[in-house]
Amino acid sequence: MTEKVLMKGNEALAEAAIRAGCRFFFGYPITPQTELAAYMSKRMGKAGGVYLQAESEIAAINMVYGASAAGKRAMTSSSSPGISLKGEGISYMAGADLPGVIINVQRGGPGLGGIQPSQSDYFQATRATGHGDFHLIVLAPSTVQEMTDYVYRAFDLADEYRMPVMILADGMLGQMMEPVVLPEPKTEFPAKPWAVTGHRGERPHNIVNSLYLAPERLEETNIERFERYARIKATEQLAEEYLVDDADIVVVAFGASSRIARSAINKAREQGIKAGLIRPITLWPFPADVISAAADRARAILTVEMNMGQMVDDVRLVVQGRIPVEFFGRAGGIIPTPAETLAAIERIAASLEGGAR
Amino acid sequence: MSKVVFERPDALTDAQFSYCPGCTHGIVHRLVAETLDELGIEGTTVGIAPVGCSVLAYEFFGCDMVQAAHGRAPAVATGLKRALPDNIVFAYQGDGDLASIGMAETVHAATRGERITIIFINNAIYGMTGGQLAPTSLPNQVTQTSPFGRNVDNDGFPIRVVEMLSTLDGVALAQRVTVDTPKNVRAAKRAIKKAFEYQIDGVGYTIIEVVSTCPTNWGLSPVDALQWMRDNMLPYYPLGVYKDVKADGFANVAEAAAARAAALAAGNAPASEGGEA
Repeated sequence: MTEKVLMKGNEALAEAAIRAGCRFFFGYPITPQTELAAYMSKRMGKAGGVYLQAESEIAAINMVYGASAAGKRAMTSSSSPGISLKGEGISYMAGADLPGVIINVQRGGPGLGGIQPSQSDYFQATRATGHGDFHLIVLAPSTVQEMTDYVYRAFDLADEYRMPVMILADGMLGQMMEPVVLPEPKTEFPAKPWAVTGHRGERPHNIVNSLYLAPERLEETNIERFERYARIKATEQLAEEYLVDDADIVVVAFGASSRIARSAINKAREQGIKAGLIRPITLWPFPADVISAAADRARAILTVEMNMGQMVDDVRLVVQGRIPVEFFGRAGGIIPTPAETLAAIERIAASLEGGAR
Repeated sequence: MSKVVFERPDALTDAQFSYCPGCTHGIVHRLVAETLDELGIEGTTVGIAPVGCSVLAYEFFGCDMVQAAHGRAPAVATGLKRALPDNIVFAYQGDGDLASIGMAETVHAATRGERITIIFINNAIYGMTGGQLAPTSLPNQVTQTSPFGRNVDNDGFPIRVVEMLSTLDGVALAQRVTVDTPKNVRAAKRAIKKAFEYQIDGVGYTIIEVVSTCPTNWGLSPVDALQWMRDNMLPYYPLGVYKDVKADGFANVAEAAAARAAALAAGNAPASEGGEA
C-alpha cells in the first residue's frame, strides 16, 4: 500500500505507531495532542491492543513502564506540562533499560504557558527529562510524513538500544493536515529475554529494576549505558542538508521552524545570499558531525528556533568558536515568519560583507 | 530418618531478608510465598516491589519482579496486567508508598477493577527513611517529623484505606488483617490466598491491608511493638472484611456494581405518590 491519504499529524503518528507494533497506549488529555489519544481510543481495540486513559501523566508513563517490562511495545503521548510529570517515569525507564516511546507535542511554557506550538522543551528533551545521568533518543519531525516515519522507526530504536525514545513534535505538526503514505504493519519483533512474563520454572527470575545500593555497581550500570550512548552517537546521527555545500550562512533549524527557515533561505538565494539549511532530525544524538563539517566551510551559522535560544548552545559546542553562531527565535507559541527569518539572515550577510574577511 | 516439618517456601529465594528484628515484613513475605506455592502460580506471577523498606522484595520473591517508582506500583501493575492478562500480578506496598504519594494510583487502579492483588503493609510510619509521619500515623503519635505527636489540626487525620476503597465498585475484596499471633497469621494467610484466588478467577481488584509493626522506628522491642499495635492501631484500624463481592453473592465486581446501581436507582426514584417534598 503506497496510497497517499490526507491526515492530521497527530492521527498519522498514532496510526503509524500501531503499524509499528504498538499495542499499548496510555494517555491523559492535554492540548494540543488530544487527537492522538482520541485516534488511539477508536483504533486500538480493533488492532487487538489496549487503550487506557490514565488518571494522570505520571500514571500513564508508569503503565508504559509496566507494559514495556512485560516485553510489549508501549507508548504515551502528552504536551509540555504533561511531559514534566512523566519525567520521573522516564528516568526509571532509562535506569531499568526499558524501551518505550514518548510523544511530546510541544506548547509554549513555562508553567501552564499556552497552547500554541513551541520548541521550548529542547533542553528538557535533550538534557534533563528526569533526574540522573541518562539520555533519550530524540527525533524531530518537520512534516506529517515524518511524524509517521519517525515514530515507526522509534519503536525499533527503543528495542535495539533498550531505552526510551522521544518524538519531539509541536502543536503545528500535530494539528496540520498533509498527504501521507502510511507504513506497512510490522510483523517481526525482536526477542526480549529480559522481560518479566513469568519464569514458568524454565529460567531464573527476571528483575526489572533501577536500584543499585552499592555505588560501584551503580557506576558500572552508568558506564555501560554511556558506552551504548557512544555507539548511538557514532551511528545514529541524522540531519537533512539543503543547499549547504556552497553556503556562506548555514541556518540550523529543526521541526516546524525548519520549514520557515527553508522558505527564508529560498528568498535569500533569490537575493544572491548564499544560505543553506541543516535540519537536525536526531536532536539526541545531536548531528555534530554534519554541523562541524559545515563550520569548516561556511562563514556564519544562524539557528532558528521557536524558543528563546536552546539548540544554539549545542551548535556553539560543536562549532567551538570557529565562526560566529547567531540565534533568531520567537517564543510563547509564536511561529516566526519567513520575512523576519529572512531579515535575520540579511543582517548576518551584511555583517559578513562589512567584516574583515 | 529425619523428617522436614518446616521449610522455606519455594517462592522465596535464598537471599537473606534485610528487615529489622521483629519486623512483620518477613511473616507477610512468607505468607505471600506460601500462597504462590500452594496455588502453583510462582511461574506465572509478576510481583512489584515498592519504594520503602520492602524495596528489595525483588530479591526475595522467586517469581519475576519489577521495582516501581514511589507510589506508582498500581500503575505499573496495570501496565503489566493489561500486557499479560493471563498472568498473576501483585504489588507489595507500604503506607507511605500506597496511601500518600501513590494514593491517586491506588484509588484509580481500584475503581478500574484492575485484576491485581495489593498487599498493603500499614505500620503507621515511614520506616526506610528513619521514622517520619505517615498518612496512617495515629493522632498524637510521635515520629521524627511529629516530635510532639501528630497534631490533627496541623497534620490532618490518618486514612483508613480499606474502608475508603471498599466504597469503589471495582473492588472485589478489601480486608484488614494482622500477624501478631499464630491465629491471626493463619487468618492473614487465608485472606491473602483468597485475594490471589479472586484474581485468578477475574473477580476484580483485591487488597489485603496488614496492620504491622516497626519496632526500630517506634523505639520498642518486637514484643512491646506488637502490644502497642494491639492497644493503639487495632482500635483505629479494626480488623475485618470491608468488601467481598463473592461473599455478597456476586460472581465479580461488574455484577456487584450493577446490583448496587439498581438499588441506588430504586432508592432515588421519584415517589409516585406522596413522599417528601
